[in-house]
Amino acid sequence: MTTAGSDTLVRVRGLRFGFGPRTIYDGVDIDIARGKVTAILGPSGTGKTTLLRLIGGQWRPTGGTIEFDGVDVHQQSRKKLFALRKRMGVLFQSGALLTDLTVFENVAFPLREHARLPEAMIRDLVLMKLEAVGLRGAAALYPEQISGGMSRRVALARAIALEPDMVMYDEPFTGQDPISMGVLIRLIRGLNAALGLTSVIVSHDVAEVLSISDHVYIVSGGKVLDHGTPESIRNSTSPLVRQFLHGEPDGPVPFHYKAAASYATDLLGA
Amino acid sequence: MKNLRLIVSNFLRGLGEATLFLFSIFGAVPAALLRPRLIAQQLYSVGVLSLIIIAISGSFIGVVLALQGYRTLSSFGAASSLGVLVALAIVRELGPVVTALLFAGRAGSALAAEIGLMKATDQLSGMEMMAVDPLRRVVAPRFIAGIIAMPLLASIFTMMAIGVAGGHAVGVELLNVDAGSYWAQIHNAMHGRDIRDMLIKSTVFGVAVSWIAVYQGFHAAPTSQGVSRATTSTVVISSLAILALDVVLTAFMFR
Repeated sequence: MTTAGSDTLVRVRGLRFGFGPRTIYDGVDIDIARGKVTAILGPSGTGKTTLLRLIGGQWRPTGGTIEFDGVDVHQQSRKKLFALRKRMGVLFQSGALLTDLTVFENVAFPLREHARLPEAMIRDLVLMKLEAVGLRGAAALYPEQISGGMSRRVALARAIALEPDMVMYDEPFTGQDPISMGVLIRLIRGLNAALGLTSVIVSHDVAEVLSISDHVYIVSGGKVLDHGTPESIRNSTSPLVRQFLHGEPDGPVPFHYKAAASYATDLLGA
Repeated sequence: MKNLRLIVSNFLRGLGEATLFLFSIFGAVPAALLRPRLIAQQLYSVGVLSLIIIAISGSFIGVVLALQGYRTLSSFGAASSLGVLVALAIVRELGPVVTALLFAGRAGSALAAEIGLMKATDQLSGMEMMAVDPLRRVVAPRFIAGIIAMPLLASIFTMMAIGVAGGHAVGVELLNVDAGSYWAQIHNAMHGRDIRDMLIKSTVFGVAVSWIAVYQGFHAAPTSQGVSRATTSTVVISSLAILALDVVLTAFMFR
């Protein structure tokens, strides 16, 4: 069964992926519901950003399938894949703004590349997107002249410039001050509703993500540990989920990285 | 022996990857040619911004060549041939080769660092996810601009070295070689073939340096060390490639 026309926009089935001998995903199933905010939570290094790159077709899984609106992302020609990507916006953790362009030109970039629109219309569209993220006044500034939080808002304006079906957020709250974080939370939720988007947030900021998500997946060790509504995740009995949610330093995810020899052997010699 | 085999196999693998990358760039060139504004921006960056170093270096080399040449030629009573010595040495060899070496150090390293940093800061990934091909938008315009800029810069280097502030300034103005002899002997000794060969050499060097620079930048590890290594490799590999290609081209041109 495909996902076209169904409530599921992205369907991940039996996903397998790794870097050399290191397994990142080992048979993962995830459904991203259309029109909802879905969060992928997990400790650092579990491959959350990797998942976004796999969904976007930048990397190819070693097994399993990823369908976007019923289309297998990894069975497309480059041209068709690019057509699919126009329907996905990505907000990278770094913002990934083009540093030689102003804020205005960054937001105008996808419009100039893909839409043959008159300059006046591009100007209006860009100013509307910048107004939506509260940065119309920063249109003439360059990326190095704005803060990290503002960069992410510009990147968000750029991600929605082509009015995609889905926006993927890569660690949107990392390194943000409380005000910027509050602004981003409001924007993600607000834009999702106002533009009829589907949102995917990968993050390890538990409280913020649980406050705006409709559905949450917890991934670790190449598997989905648990998934459900934020409420059901909060009440999860899984020791690993509880350790992650409460930030306990030791537990199923050990404090110590596995060493080849014992502590005593390392200190005293064999 | 084992290390040697590893070095050779790594070299061949790198050469193979770079060749495949070159074919990908060729595939992206037609689309880039439809956007002359992007190419013009890069021409400014790699060409216009290299002008000062090229012009000054051309003058210095012309001056040194004239001083050294005058000393030798005057001992044979052939000081009036100074123009020929300077012109042929510059047009046939030093013009294209030194320009290319300077171009690799100034523009090649800048290209590699810029593309490498774009990769390290996810700008290239961001473009891909916006359905914009970085090869067409970033790599091909820089590659084309490098190829266009090199023969132009080599011509400017040559003019500066032979005339303006180089050989002419020293030979005619300082050492009192007759200006008529200086230019007339150049006119008689130099052929259109020499100019053509200079342009061919500098174009080939332009392809080599631009190819190496964009390849190193595009395949740089996305770390500060990776970008640094890509920049250094661009200058080192380009310099060796320029000198090796010069040997091959000169051998063919003198047949």
